[in-house]
Amino acid sequence: MTRRSLGKVLLSILAIVIALLWVFPVYWMVNSAFIPTAVLQQFTPTFFPLHGTLSNFTGALADGTFFRALGMSVAITLTVVVFCILFAFLAAIAISRFRFRGRKSFVLAVLIVQMLPAEGLFIAQYKMVASVHLLDSVIGVSVIYIAAVVPFTIWMLRGFVAGIPADLEEAAMVDGLSRFGAFMRITFPLLAPGLVASGVYAFLQAWNEFTVALVLLPSEAAQTLPLWLRGFVQASATRETDWGQVMAASSLVAIPVIVFFLIVQGRLTSGLVSGAVKG
Amino acid sequence: MFTRSRAPYALIVPAIAILILGMGYPLIWQVVTSFQKYGLAQQFGQPATLVWFDNYVRLATDVQFWVVVAKSLVFCVVTAFVTLAIGTLLALLMSAVTKTARLVLQISLLLAWSMPVVAAMTVWIWLFDRRRGVINYLLDLIPGVEMNRFQWLTNPLTFLLVASIIVIWMSVPFVAFSIYAGLTQVSDEVLEAAQLDGASGWQRFWWIIQPMIRPVIAIVLLLQLIWDLRVFTQIKMLQEAGSGSGDYDLLGTYIYKLGTSAQDFGMSSAVSILVLAITVALSSFYIRALLKEDEA
Repeated sequence: MTRRSLGKVLLSILAIVIALLWVFPVYWMVNSAFIPTAVLQQFTPTFFPLHGTLSNFTGALADGTFFRALGMSVAITLTVVVFCILFAFLAAIAISRFRFRGRKSFVLAVLIVQMLPAEGLFIAQYKMVASVHLLDSVIGVSVIYIAAVVPFTIWMLRGFVAGIPADLEEAAMVDGLSRFGAFMRITFPLLAPGLVASGVYAFLQAWNEFTVALVLLPSEAAQTLPLWLRGFVQASATRETDWGQVMAASSLVAIPVIVFFLIVQGRLTSGLVSGAVKG
Repeated sequence: MFTRSRAPYALIVPAIAILILGMGYPLIWQVVTSFQKYGLAQQFGQPATLVWFDNYVRLATDVQFWVVVAKSLVFCVVTAFVTLAIGTLLALLMSAVTKTARLVLQISLLLAWSMPVVAAMTVWIWLFDRRRGVINYLLDLIPGVEMNRFQWLTNPLTFLLVASIIVIWMSVPFVAFSIYAGLTQVSDEVLEAAQLDGASGWQRFWWIIQPMIRPVIAIVLLLQLIWDLRVFTQIKMLQEAGSGSGDYDLLGTYIYKLGTSAQDFGMSSAVSILVLAITVALSSFYIRALLKEDEA
């Protein structure tokens, strides 16, 4: 073996060790979710769920609050995804297919708003939503989410629309289709992957959001899944934490997200840094 | 392309309306409120009085505020740079190993990246659990180290160390993938030519790779700084598992407490405006890069 390939093998082993280290918390969540509480309470951790049980899952689901939170999360997320895609799609067409007065200011505004942290606005958003009596409602929190997510979605879709040559549309128009018809028959189908990617992005944002939900959904009946999950940790301040149940709850919240995330991630990274990579 | 058509304006109206409603109005309210005395009395109907820069002056002369700012800045800078360093090393590692090893590493990073933040927090709190956490158990196995029942979350320093570890764990995948994407743009021929000319590994990194991936590094670092400055969920949840006293606050939880427990909207608005100002100032570089892409 040459010196160079020996080095490669050693580095590969290192890479796999780091990979195992990095994935450990995810593994630990799933592992603990299947271990009975009595076993988890022993001093020596159990590293493999050899005598697994589903009792943690049934325990976490027992009081029905999970399904209430799931319903709330689904309602909010659906609202956000639908309106986000619609609004962002229209705006993306405007900025990538038209040159108009005010276009630049609009693009700049979108980019700046995209950077504004929820943590810098949530008190004001709370005040606004409370003043129209929409705390604990799907609408109140959705409006804030859509506004927070729409800028990046516009930006993402702009890239997709710009990637489809306008010549294609024009050729279809020469062949007798209206501008709208050409758009619907030619550009729209080509845009489908972009719409899916931005839809999944909006889904992830709305589904995982914690900060805004924390202030806008104060009552327990209006909790979304992240707030429901946080309730388990909060309860640990006053009583012994049932970690098996908490990890089962975490797994229930995390696994759908992990699946969706794997679908969208490639597009996500390239969207965030493409400006820099292309120079 | 159309120039005088009304169509583009009609297309952006919904987006503009929702942005004004969800972001614009709260932002303006917040600027106005930061110049007002708006505390508990005002919550109960007393008119808010204009006090100009009083809230800002009160902040500037408040030692506790400066402590929070200093802690947040140190936390943000240290976390962002460590994230960047680990991310860069992992990206370099990805480009140096066999296909299988690279795939294993990438899948592992993707799984960590995709964890919802609240789920990740519950797992980490469990890992750092005082009595049955794996971390104390494993550290305790090291001869001479007495870590059984060590309380990570009730000392401000170890509290922030734990928070930083968690944030780094969650942020490294994005950094590593972005930089790896940048690395794949570096041509192998140039690297081989340099190697033939006798350049060492470090020299090749510093003189060829580093200048080519510098734009990616700059943007990734910037995004990390912005994200780590506003860190809230992690701190809030660690506080709920450990101690919630003011010693454990960073800017995010500081604003939250001013707004919720103290009900002082004037002051919390003033702090929020400062955080927003720092964020926008930091992002101007990123925004300019994106605008350039738009013009291209």
